[in-house]
Amino acid sequence: MSLYQLSKLLYQLNRDDSLQARFKVDPAGATEGYDLTAEERRAVLDSDIGLLYVLGVNGQILMHFAALCGVEWSDYLQRMRDGVKRHGPVRAGIYTMTTSPDEKVVE
Amino acid sequence: MSLVFAGVCSHAPGITGRDERAPTDLRDGLYAAFGDMQQRLHAARPDALIVVAAEHFANFFMDNMPAYAMGMAETYCGPIEDLDWLRISRRVVRGAPDLSRRLVTEILETVDIAYAEEWRFDHGIMVPLHFLDPDNALRIIPANINCQGPPLTPLSRAWAFGEALRRAADAVPERIALVCTGGISHWPATPDSGRINEVWDREFLARWTRNDRAGLLGYTDAETYAEAGQGGFEIRTFIAAAAAARGTGTVHYYQPIPIFAVGCTVATMEIV
Repeated sequence: MSLYQLSKLLYQLNRDDSLQARFKVDPAGATEGYDLTAEERRAVLDSDIGLLYVLGVNGQILMHFAALCGVEWSDYLQRMRDGVKRHGPVRAGIYTMTTSPDEKVVE
Repeated sequence: MSLVFAGVCSHAPGITGRDERAPTDLRDGLYAAFGDMQQRLHAARPDALIVVAAEHFANFFMDNMPAYAMGMAETYCGPIEDLDWLRISRRVVRGAPDLSRRLVTEILETVDIAYAEEWRFDHGIMVPLHFLDPDNALRIIPANINCQGPPLTPLSRAWAFGEALRRAADAVPERIALVCTGGISHWPATPDSGRINEVWDREFLARWTRNDRAGLLGYTDAETYAEAGQGGFEIRTFIAAAAAARGTGTVHYYQPIPIFAVGCTVATMEIV
């Protein structure tokens, strides 16, 4: 479990134009230097918003990574619900879900 | 001179980024309230506006997280977010470094605040500035309370920070305005985004408008998390405003707007 490293990678991707540019052409290379588990690295490289959410990435970091990946707002919310359905409850952090995966608070 | 204006407002990115998806009457009412607050703020003729925000990992991260921070830069830039996502144009904001330095120096007498000569504004500051300073005319001093990465500063310290802000504002010759920005109950950026506890919000705002120190400091983080979500931790900014202004507050606008993910709030407080 290296949620800190995963969060730091996404935090830096969100704010660093040069890292964003590298991530677009060489995503695997951009994640080098971060001590991630295979599951965490795969979640980033696959832009798997649902898995990243379940792994415990803070929503304030994750929503910007989703925007960076071109994921629209309602789709972002749905991908998190789908992630919980597929991978189970959020494993860490303070951004756990309080509703059921089939419930939509807003469309 | 002294503190010449004190207010609080919401800063949710949906307010600008998803504006067309809100019911028109609610959105227009909120925008009108922001416009009214803009006029009150500028009528106070501030030399600088301190914006106390609860930023979302634009500058501060868990590698070195300050409980309190204040900007001390010549200029600031924002928003840091994708421009299409937030729909606010990027701007360079003028700071007031010498004034910042004097404020920080005074605040340090009672609160161990960090200072930062670099600071990029996220929606937490840019959404308020979009409405309150559309012409980019004011000198801005950003401040931050960590409401994102626990352990968080106790509410009693947020009150002490507000008191220190007031003491510092009163100690300088400039006219200082203060806007503290955060959500009340909300579950932002989660699948529960849009959930709003209106009863909890209205009780909190009642305590805030009475400037009920004991009531405002009476919440525990566990209660807030259960009743008001992780976004509820941002009440720290409202508490700092009450401690700084010392008067009673007036809520000019409060409506839950789920697509904006928060009970949208615009309020001012009498300075006594």
